[in-house]
Amino acid sequence: MAIEVRIPTILRTYTGGEKAVDGAGDTLSALIDDLEGNHPGIKDRLVESKDDKIELRRFVNVYVNDEDVRFIGGLDAELSDGDQVVVLPAVAGG
Amino acid sequence: MLTIDQATYDAIVAHARRDHPDEACGIVAGPEGSDRPERLVEMINAAGSPTFYEFDSTELLALYKQMWANDEEPVVVYHSHTATEAYPSVTDIGLASEPGAHYVLVSTREHGNNEGPVEFRSYRIIDGEVTEEEVAVVAALPEN
Repeated sequence: MAIEVRIPTILRTYTGGEKAVDGAGDTLSALIDDLEGNHPGIKDRLVESKDDKIELRRFVNVYVNDEDVRFIGGLDAELSDGDQVVVLPAVAGG
Repeated sequence: MLTIDQATYDAIVAHARRDHPDEACGIVAGPEGSDRPERLVEMINAAGSPTFYEFDSTELLALYKQMWANDEEPVVVYHSHTATEAYPSVTDIGLASEPGAHYVLVSTREHGNNEGPVEFRSYRIIDGEVTEEEVAVVAALPEN
């Protein structure tokens, strides 16, 4: 099962410069583990450990078919074949 | 060096003045690899704060999808500081995620919503390292 994942400029060092890579998984969490297998180091840029729980980093946005995953279950968001996932770092500051 | 046209420069300053005392934010998109800031997009500061700015996540996706469709990239990412100098804060540096962009900082601390000179400065922020650069304001960007 293939899911296209759009990679932002800042994380393309992990994908050999590729703008988009294919991954697999039936949840976002599983997809991120799959990406980590092929692009070691990328997982740590997407998630962090908080109170012994793995969570999406606060300033990383992930969208599944244009929906912000924070509104559809976060890392538990369900994925299916052909879904399009976009990763975008927040544009934010102080 | 950042080369920017007068109209875009003025629009960024006007946006910062208008939103003072909250921080204003936006981008100027341009063709990929061109280093030409051509298309100003004012964004809403979803944080609505005098000390923080953040693009709304849904608007952020819409913005990037539009840039991808146009083969554009963010040439300038700008925001204002309303009580401090136009220099990237620790938070700005930590969250900067467009290594190819010019990060423009405008400070409205002197005159707020009113007319008067504003600080307008530009930086590269790469891997936590800040490098200030010259800003050249031109009547119009040179022809390609």
